[in-house]
Amino acid sequence: MEIVRKAQAGTMQSSDLMVFLEPAPQLRLEIDSTVKKQFEHLIRKQAESVLQRFSITSGVIRISDRGALDYAIAARLETGLLRACADQRTSS
Amino acid sequence: MVTNSLGRPLPEHFFGKTVHPYQDPYNRKPVGNHATRPLRRHNPGDKKLLGNLRKAIEASGLRSGMCIATHHHLRNGDALLNLVVREIDNLGLRDIRIASSSVHPVHAELIPFIKKGVISGFECGVNGLIGEMVSRGELDCPIIVRTHGGRARSLITGEVVVDVAFIAAPSCDCYGNMNGFFGPSACGSLGYAFTDAQYARCVVAVTDNLSAAPVTPVSIPQSLVDYVVEVNRLGDPRKIVSTTTQITRDPVGLQIARYAAQVIDASGLLRDGFSFQTGAGGISLAVAEQVRRMMSQAQIKGSFGCGGITGYFVDMLEEGLFRTLFDVQCFDLKAVESIGRNLHHQEMSADTYANPFNAGAMVNLLDCVILGATEIDVDFNVNVNTESNGYLLHNTGGHSDAAAGAKLSIITAPLLRGRLPIIRDTVTTVTTPGRTIDVIVTERGIAVNNHQQELKEELIRRKVPVRDIHELREEACRITGEPHPIEFTDEVVALIEYRDGTIIDAVRKVKE
Repeated sequence: MEIVRKAQAGTMQSSDLMVFLEPAPQLRLEIDSTVKKQFEHLIRKQAESVLQRFSITSGVIRISDRGALDYAIAARLETGLLRACADQRTSS
Repeated sequence: MVTNSLGRPLPEHFFGKTVHPYQDPYNRKPVGNHATRPLRRHNPGDKKLLGNLRKAIEASGLRSGMCIATHHHLRNGDALLNLVVREIDNLGLRDIRIASSSVHPVHAELIPFIKKGVISGFECGVNGLIGEMVSRGELDCPIIVRTHGGRARSLITGEVVVDVAFIAAPSCDCYGNMNGFFGPSACGSLGYAFTDAQYARCVVAVTDNLSAAPVTPVSIPQSLVDYVVEVNRLGDPRKIVSTTTQITRDPVGLQIARYAAQVIDASGLLRDGFSFQTGAGGISLAVAEQVRRMMSQAQIKGSFGCGGITGYFVDMLEEGLFRTLFDVQCFDLKAVESIGRNLHHQEMSADTYANPFNAGAMVNLLDCVILGATEIDVDFNVNVNTESNGYLLHNTGGHSDAAAGAKLSIITAPLLRGRLPIIRDTVTTVTTPGRTIDVIVTERGIAVNNHQQELKEELIRRKVPVRDIHELREEACRITGEPHPIEFTDEVVALIEYRDGTIIDAVRKVKE
C-alpha cells in the first residue's frame, strides 16, 4: 500500500498515542514518546513490523506516544495507514 | 565513594556535609542534646509588629549565607516563600539556603533566584520543576531530601540550623499568638511549623489576618515569636488540594483497594483500638472507604487516624469510627474546617508525628498505613522521589516514617503506569527500605515480604491472590517489554536522607 494523503489516528491520552502520516518520496519514521528513553527501541520495532506488513516503502510517519502498549501502537498505526493509503474503501 | 547497606553508592561528602551511609531502620542512636538558640527578652511595651516584610527581614538579622524556612500547609497555594525570596533579593542578600518543610510546583518562581545566586541550596525535598532542572544539570543547587520526621529531627539535633523561620499564620495577633484554623488563608494544622517556632534562631510570623489579641486557640504561642508582619495574602487555600482527593473510579484502582482491604482484614489488626493512616490519593481513599465499611459492619471502634488528614477521615471521626485524629497537615478544606471546631481533631507537630529521635513518635503507635510508590524493587525497597525518567520530582513526605512505625505497611500501586512496569529488579532511587514494607498490593496480585510469613499463610488460606514478587515483576515486563535503563553521569545532585539522618541514596545527573 502507499500513503497518498495526510491522515491521523489515536488520541493524546495517557497510555495512548497519536499517529500522523503524510506522503513523501522516502520512508521516514519519527518517534516521540513520554517513555522515549526506556522504550524507543520497542516502539520502533513494533511500528516497523506494521509498516512491513502493509508493504509501506514511502511516506512520513510521526508517532507521538504517551506510554502505549504494543497492541495499541499496532492498532493506531494500522488505522492511520488505512486512512492514508490509496486502496482505502471507507472515508475517514 | 562509599556504599550503604542496600548497596547504593554514595559520595563521602556532599557540599560540606559528611555522608553517613544508611545501615538499618532502627539502630542508629542519637548523641548529645537538643539544639539551642539565643535567649531573648521582651519587656512590657516592646513592639513586635513591623511595617512590612522587608523590615522584618532586616530586623531578623538575616545575612548572606544563612538559612531560612517556611511551612508548606498551603501546598501549591503558598505565596509566602516566593514573596520572602523576592524581598531577600531586593535586599541584596545571596547564598541563602531553604529548609522549608516542602517546596511545590508554585515555587518554580524561585528558579531565576537560584540562577542569580540568591538561593544556593535546599535542605528539603522539592516537588516539580526545580528538581527536574537540577537532575538535568540546568540548575546548580544541591538538594537534601528529608522525610517529615527527618526534617524535624534535623532541626532538633542542630544538623540544620534555621536562622530565620517565616511562619505563614492564617490567624495571628500583634504579639505573635497564632493558629491556622481561621481567616482567608486558613490551612488547618500548622504541624510542620511547630519545630521551626521552637528551634529557628529568629521567628517571624507573617499574616494576612491580623486579629485582636489574644488569638485563640493558640497553636504557636507569643513566647516563641520574635516579630509579626502583615502581607496582603499568604496564598490560596483552594490550592491545598493539588492532586485528586476523590475516591478513584478507575477499575484497576478499585481492584487494588479491594485487595488491600482484604489484607487489612486478614492481618487481625482490625479490632477495637485500630489506628490507621492513608495518603490523599484516589486508591488510598478507596481503601479508607473499604475500611470504613468493614469497621461499621463489625462495629469496631478505632483509636486514631493519623498523618495528613482528609475529609474522609473527618467523616470517620464524626461517625465514631475513630476516637481522635492526629493531624500534622490538612489535605482538604473539610479537614481545615473540622480542626477548628472539633476537640478530638488534634493538631500535631512533625516531631510528635514522626521524628525517630524523641521519646516516641505517633507513627510508632500505627497499626496500618497505606502508602504509594513510583517504583518498587524485588527486595520491597520503594522509590517515591524520582520518576522512571530519572528526574527528582517528588518529596518523600511521611512515607519512610509511617512505613517504619506501622505494624503493617501496605504499598498500593498499579503493576503498570502507562508502559512503565512498577516492580523492577532495582529502583531508580531508594526512598524507603524494604525492611519496613510488609505487603505490595497490585491489581494482578499481592506480594508479601518474607518477615510476614504468618500473614502470607493467612492470605493464602483466604484465597487472596498472593504472588511471588519476582513473578509480578516478570508479568509486568512481559506486557511492557524490557525497558532500557536510564543513564546517569557520576555527578551527585541530591541526597535522599533517611529519617535517622543517614543517607539511603544519592540522585545523579541524568545523561541527556
